[in-house]
Amino acid sequence: MTLIRYQAPELAPWSAADRWSNLRDELNSFFELPFRSSFGRTGQLFTGWSPALDLYQNNDNVVAVVELPGMRKEDIEISLHDGTLTINGERRRESSSNGEKADRTERYVGSFRRSIALPTRVDAGKVSATYRDGILTVTLPKAEEVKPKQIQVS
Amino acid sequence: MNTLTRENRDGDRMQTEQFVAPPASVTEAGDGYTLEVEMPGVNKDGLDISVENNEIMIVGRRSFPVVEGTLIHHESHPENFRRTFELDPSIDANKISARVEQGLVTLTLPKAEHVKPRKIAVS
Repeated sequence: MTLIRYQAPELAPWSAADRWSNLRDELNSFFELPFRSSFGRTGQLFTGWSPALDLYQNNDNVVAVVELPGMRKEDIEISLHDGTLTINGERRRESSSNGEKADRTERYVGSFRRSIALPTRVDAGKVSATYRDGILTVTLPKAEEVKPKQIQVS
Repeated sequence: MNTLTRENRDGDRMQTEQFVAPPASVTEAGDGYTLEVEMPGVNKDGLDISVENNEIMIVGRRSFPVVEGTLIHHESHPENFRRTFELDPSIDANKISARVEQGLVTLTLPKAEHVKPRKIAVS
């Protein structure tokens, strides 16, 4: 018996649907808050893959941290457009399926896309990213003119 | 579902540490099983795999990237990962091996020699 979740690949990158899936994910996490430890992951079984994204900000940088376990860094694409950071990519099946029976598959295999609007302007030429232990960290240095400055009173 | 309810009944352990059950996949080949468990942020130092009776328990403790600054958007869960599986009796527990790569833990569980499918010659 094989249990494989079917996801039509052409549906996933449609960005208009992403807006709704973010809203749904936010509503889901809002309702799940008291029960997070028990039901944290089971709600996501059939809704496709929306990797968790955290955004930090300090005086010099905006930093995005995304949970992307089991990917190769060549399969991750990061792009910046009009103040919106987009991270997308595709996860392929590691094992070649030559006569192997998939007994139970809970991991999502396929493509994902996350977009987030950045709080301030960043210097696109100086963006760097590292991928370690399945966590992608994107560091976006703020554009010079938006960094906080001290103003002297003469 | 079974593993989730079992974790909640583990009264004394739950008081000290919160866990979340990560998604996993099992595939079966002729000579063994391959188990893949997703644990982002977990490397070799944070992994704790143990086999007791017929159960294998995988615990992954996350190491978070240190980011200076204020958190303006938060989606990740800080809990560590724990998942237990019941082993098929045909698995040779002494030959289980594991490796972790980019937050994905892959365990190879070979079947014991005598249960592998084999041809029987007709004399």
